[in-house]
Amino acid sequence: MGSALVSDQRYVRETVRTSVKLLIVGHFAVGKTTLVGTLSEIRPLRTEERMTQAGALVDDLAGVPAKTTTTVAMDFGRVTLSDELVLYLFGAPGQHRFTPLWRDLAQGALGALVLADTRRLEQSFDAMALLEERGLPYAVAINRFDDAPAFPEEELREALDLLPATPLVYCDARDRTSSTRALIALVEHLIDRKESA
Amino acid sequence: MSPPRPERALVRPHVVTGGRAHPTRNIFDLVTLVIAGRTQPIGLSPEKRRVMELCQGGALAVAEVAAHLALPVSVTKVLLSDLVDSGHIVTRAAVAEPEQPDDHLLREVLDGLRARL
Repeated sequence: MGSALVSDQRYVRETVRTSVKLLIVGHFAVGKTTLVGTLSEIRPLRTEERMTQAGALVDDLAGVPAKTTTTVAMDFGRVTLSDELVLYLFGAPGQHRFTPLWRDLAQGALGALVLADTRRLEQSFDAMALLEERGLPYAVAINRFDDAPAFPEEELREALDLLPATPLVYCDARDRTSSTRALIALVEHLIDRKESA
Repeated sequence: MSPPRPERALVRPHVVTGGRAHPTRNIFDLVTLVIAGRTQPIGLSPEKRRVMELCQGGALAVAEVAAHLALPVSVTKVLLSDLVDSGHIVTRAAVAEPEQPDDHLLREVLDGLRARL
């Protein structure tokens, strides 16, 4: 038991009746953990799952030779949105080899925010494909890195092959207001989709 | 593209779950909120006692229980499922319908986020 257990904030407020989940998806080092940490009211937590190299989940801690397994960490945080509602944000690895993890992650998720980096936009394709395969709606947020080039929105949309309705926003994953706005763009999109459905 | 892989063939039972790799019921989402019930935690395995000690303090999501106890989510689900069966753990919050989150719920999420600006 770590020091996190000392905090009074550890438990969900007594009045909360509903929990929802959004995914923060993207490639390695795109800022998923940063964004989760920026928004979370608890110190971000980490769960780990072991997968074989082929990508199957294993849950045997006892005797699988190390060379056949790899540990995948998921960082997540919590945001209490009202007395009755709590939101969990899960940072999810976007690479195709982590597909088995996605069953758990995508189940019940309202949608996903795809974090992208203009220096390597093509690395976001896997994450977007994983979401599309599952029919999980998403918005794209370009995480502003200081040395990353800026492009006109139309060029970015074309490079990412976004549908016209898919929101594309800029954000700074270190900034709470900016990160909150990115989530708002996502949830507005989820509502629009429902209304036009 | 990697070849299709067997869904369960590589999954091995975990020692702390009493040899089972899957929960007896599939009610747990990562964000399902769980809390200790009224049943006294007597005669439980050490791992289940740890779960109970944690959950007696208040409600936590399944993923939080896993993280605090440093257990894989899959193992945590098996333990929690057993503890629900035995009345030691109850689920508190209904998880939103996976396929069809209703408009009202989405608006509550939106309002909650806007209020944080």
